[in-house]
Amino acid sequence: MIDQLKRSFAVAKKDMLIFYLKGPVVIMGLLFPFFLFLAFLIGRNLPDEQLFVGLTAMTAFFTSTAVGPTIIPWECRGRTFERLITAPVSLTTVLLGDFQASLYFGLAITFAIAVPAVLYFSLGLGWVIFITATLLAVGTFSAMTVLLSSYPPTDVPADVMMLTSLAKFSLLFISGIFVPLEKLPSYGRLVSYISPLTYYVDALRHSLGRGYLPLWIDLGMLVLFGIAFFFAGVAVHKRVLEKRFT
Amino acid sequence: MEKAIEAVNLTKYYGSFLAVDGVSFSVKSGEVFGFLGPNGAGKTTTIRMVTGLLRPNSGEVRVLGCNMLDEREKIRAREKTGIVPEMANPYVDLTAMQNLRLMGELYGMSKAEIEKRSLELLREFGLYEKRNVKVRGFSKGMRQRLIIAMAMVADPELYFLDEPTSGLDVISARLIKDVIREEKRAGKTIFLTTHNMDDANELCERIGIIRRGKLIAIDTPEKLKQLVKGRVSVEVSFEPMKFDPSVLSSALKVEPMGDKVKIYTKDPDKTVKELVRYAEREKLRIVSLRTLSPSLEDVFMELVGGRND
Repeated sequence: MIDQLKRSFAVAKKDMLIFYLKGPVVIMGLLFPFFLFLAFLIGRNLPDEQLFVGLTAMTAFFTSTAVGPTIIPWECRGRTFERLITAPVSLTTVLLGDFQASLYFGLAITFAIAVPAVLYFSLGLGWVIFITATLLAVGTFSAMTVLLSSYPPTDVPADVMMLTSLAKFSLLFISGIFVPLEKLPSYGRLVSYISPLTYYVDALRHSLGRGYLPLWIDLGMLVLFGIAFFFAGVAVHKRVLEKRFT
Repeated sequence: MEKAIEAVNLTKYYGSFLAVDGVSFSVKSGEVFGFLGPNGAGKTTTIRMVTGLLRPNSGEVRVLGCNMLDEREKIRAREKTGIVPEMANPYVDLTAMQNLRLMGELYGMSKAEIEKRSLELLREFGLYEKRNVKVRGFSKGMRQRLIIAMAMVADPELYFLDEPTSGLDVISARLIKDVIREEKRAGKTIFLTTHNMDDANELCERIGIIRRGKLIAIDTPEKLKQLVKGRVSVEVSFEPMKFDPSVLSSALKVEPMGDKVKIYTKDPDKTVKELVRYAEREKLRIVSLRTLSPSLEDVFMELVGGRND
């Protein structure tokens, strides 16, 4: 078990060296959320708290979902995946490595953006809630990429990017970033509960003292979503693994 | 002698297509076993089942005593196995050294072991000078040498090499063959698939031939050659090169080959005499004349019918 964990870190290191600077990762993980944030900001007279929540949530969501979905298609295309998967590691270990690559990327960029933003806006932030929620949320979004990369079993990264973008934008718009949960109509609130981003946005508001759902629900749902995404992703990957070689 | 690989009745369907049909064989420890077959015959599917990448629809496979259908045992077997998949690439965005380090870490080796072994292998494969260069700039031969070095990093007991010399220049191919011989001398077991009959003949102690998913022959190269005993041939080159096949009553088949002809015969003595008489009569100089026993290629062509599957 410990051995496989160490080996998963070797996979993560490889991913960090190879995939962090790939064009689509930089575009979808850094440039895109930046411009989306500008669109969110410009022409709206938003309070600093809402700007901070929007900026942090979008950064965490986009950065932690930028790397993961494309790793396996890229590996299949580059004919490196068979070599990797026939090493003495299980498929779960490889996916755990890919998960870590997304996690470290998401955490590094989110904290690098959020901490200066807190200082700039001079916000009275509950740091423990903020850090706990961010760790859980970035973990959940990274686990989501394990599921997103599982189907279709393609070797064309663009195919996966397209489907991933569709899923990400659907989740983004229902998650209470643009309209806070308490201002949503009741059906809108019900829909928003299917997005893990909703719970992170609400937990960030808790860190500023004004959450809508109880905090334990926000954090608990992030944990549940994370576990469900990872294990569902592993199950689908195992099911379609042979299709990647036939 | 202990069995390194034991495959029993392996069968694999892709949808309704039967790719491998009840293949059984075993490979002894320390043996170099060649696995031959035309394109699409089921070689790669078999190797993928034996290495645990594909799950057979039926049958059993044990590698180094481990059941490859069991996840934990499969990983245990792979810790002692070096695998070179067909057409595999190293990571082109990493350096040669980083590729080797990655493999060492995946095999659970310590940092010091990885460094020592990697440098040894880089020297052995003529890649030491390029160890810190990204693989993107490597030639095909260099990449293939690196892929084999990656399989060797943990000094495994058993190798699966799927077409290791395919498409390589003569120097890289020879280097890889020398390494295979060296590993054999060190007591390693090698399961090798190749299209190159000369390689198979030179390197393998036993050969299995698969066709349309079925194992149709399995034996030593010399015993396999006896299956086509009648295919002795005589190769002759004249100056000036002219030849009339109708003068040979003993020829079964005549194949022009560049500046010579190859004559298949059941009676090489009679064929040689007829050729010498023909040369005297036509005032031709015999540049070369030699009799050839059947090659592994002849055996292969005879058994697979000269067509891809």
